Amino acid sequence: MSLSVILPLPLPAARTGPGDREVRARVVMITLAALLALTAVASLSTGASGASFGAALSALARGDALDATERVILFDIRLPRLALGMLVGAGLAVSGAVMQGLFRNPLADPGLVGVGAGAGLGAIAAIVLGGLLPAGLAVYLGHYVVPVAAFLGGWATTLLLYRVSTRGGRTSVAVMLLAGIAMGALAGAVSGMLVYIADDSQLRDLTFWGLGSLAGATWTKVLAATPLIGAALVLAPAMARGLNRLALGEASAAHLGVPVQRLKNTAILTVAGATGAAVAVSGGIGFVGIVVPHLLRLLTGPDHRYLLPNAALLGASLLVAADMVSRSIIAPAELPIGIVTATLGGPFFLWILLRNRGVLDL
Amino acid sequence: MTLIARDLTVEAGGRPILRGLDFTARSGALTAIVGPNGSGKSTTLKALTGDVAHRGRITLDGRELAAIPPTELAARRAVLPQAASLSFPFTVLEVVRLGLIDGLEAAQRHLPHDALARVGLAGFEGRYYQHLSGGEQQRVHLARVLVQVWTPVTPEGRARWLFLDEPVASLDIGHQIEVMTLARDYADAGGGVVAVMHDLNLTAMFADSVALITDGRCDAQGPPARVLTDDRLSRAYGCRLRLNTPPAGGAVYLLPQAAGGPGEAGL
Repeated sequence: MSLSVILPLPLPAARTGPGDREVRARVVMITLAALLALTAVASLSTGASGASFGAALSALARGDALDATERVILFDIRLPRLALGMLVGAGLAVSGAVMQGLFRNPLADPGLVGVGAGAGLGAIAAIVLGGLLPAGLAVYLGHYVVPVAAFLGGWATTLLLYRVSTRGGRTSVAVMLLAGIAMGALAGAVSGMLVYIADDSQLRDLTFWGLGSLAGATWTKVLAATPLIGAALVLAPAMARGLNRLALGEASAAHLGVPVQRLKNTAILTVAGATGAAVAVSGGIGFVGIVVPHLLRLLTGPDHRYLLPNAALLGASLLVAADMVSRSIIAPAELPIGIVTATLGGPFFLWILLRNRGVLDL
Repeated sequence: MTLIARDLTVEAGGRPILRGLDFTARSGALTAIVGPNGSGKSTTLKALTGDVAHRGRITLDGRELAAIPPTELAARRAVLPQAASLSFPFTVLEVVRLGLIDGLEAAQRHLPHDALARVGLAGFEGRYYQHLSGGEQQRVHLARVLVQVWTPVTPEGRARWLFLDEPVASLDIGHQIEVMTLARDYADAGGGVVAVMHDLNLTAMFADSVALITDGRCDAQGPPARVLTDDRLSRAYGCRLRLNTPPAGGAVYLLPQAAGGPGEAGL
């Protein structure tokens, strides 16, 4: 988010009447950016070793060389982990928000409706069957084999889910959730078969991958996830106005000049790309995609022009903070971050259901 | 400037809904589409706005409607759907703002407030759309549609169009007249208005031209006094109806009780 977008603050009071949440959304955006910076610094300073970001910075400022251990801890362990956490968090939150906009439903979350499972199937297939790829292609794709496969798995699932649950421009919540369960189960079954035929070294890879954790963060993983999640983050703002109008239904959006089919295709690709890359590098981390957009809608309303960038910022902060919890709660051991997000997200999701029981057309 | 539809045919599930319907609407006029339930009124409007697949030809000012780019069309024409559910907690102001598309109106920040005042919802800006009654929600969408094509004629002198699917369906009589007056004013200022109507009396009061649809065809189209006749309406609606003229003269009105009580038309 460039500074010019947030600079016209504060607006004269006369221009902000009731029902106008744009100013608040901009304030929230600045606050969230500050929050992300704070969590990032905190995350770099937290860990099993005593190395501190501040000490390292002041050492650098004094012109002293860092000792080798400190350098490894900060630049090869904590920094890639921070970068991966921010990428995955932003990717999951934005793909959740985009998917909810596409399905016109606050309960659509890539993790809940089978997209995560589809992406997981893609990742597992790449790990187990990757040896079958033509050698040239495998070399060409390099570290991107698993993210690309996860993206393809997520894309196929999202596309199928949309086809099944949407008729005549209306999405049935019940069909969407049930189809998501069915496809999640199917993807899980095929994944199980693949695990069954995997050899020992592949099983080791699968186990590490499936922990749902940022523990194995390396710069290689960061680089592998960056193109897809980066593309999703760049594409998302361009969809914001279209997604706002899509809330009126497909026909009304089209009458407002929204290229509905292109918007839907872009949204599906974005969701699949961000979810796929996130799943590929971190296993399944649940609930970020539903909790973050929901909190932001409560705070600043459903306008996607603010919801999408704010979701990226809050998602990144949330995941970095959850990672800090997962590293420190049973230090020096680590709790997989998926357990932390599920512990927070599960009850939150139930609370959303309770609040919306009367409103949601289930 | 005219909207002309020729030989419109629409099928749904293998059953014909429209069978070669002809329809014409002019800018500067309010054209009403009436007809009994299931006759194809709403489908006619949906075909005219491109919401259902159809055969036949539709032209706007001589141009094939399907050939006009969506963004250009959105700047020329706004469509009010019959019912619109909204999935997220938008405020009234935010819903109306969705109608502001790039172009003439986008820069005018006060426009949504003006439009809300025009539909009798001044002061509703901060309310949640979901908390409003059905009739209020319908008027919020009318305000949204109005800001999309606020000036009835573009600076280049081209007419803009409002397509309204039963705009007064869930409104009380005061708001029915308010909304119909608004549509009437829009047409008087040079814009085109096409409205699907249930209420024949309001149609007679406000419309310049009426298209009576029966069984997927246009039974007749013309001024209300010529199209709305005892015989034609009794046949179309399958009940005895008699038209009258109020003492002050002008529009016709109809009272079923004037036809001698309830009963079949005896066709």
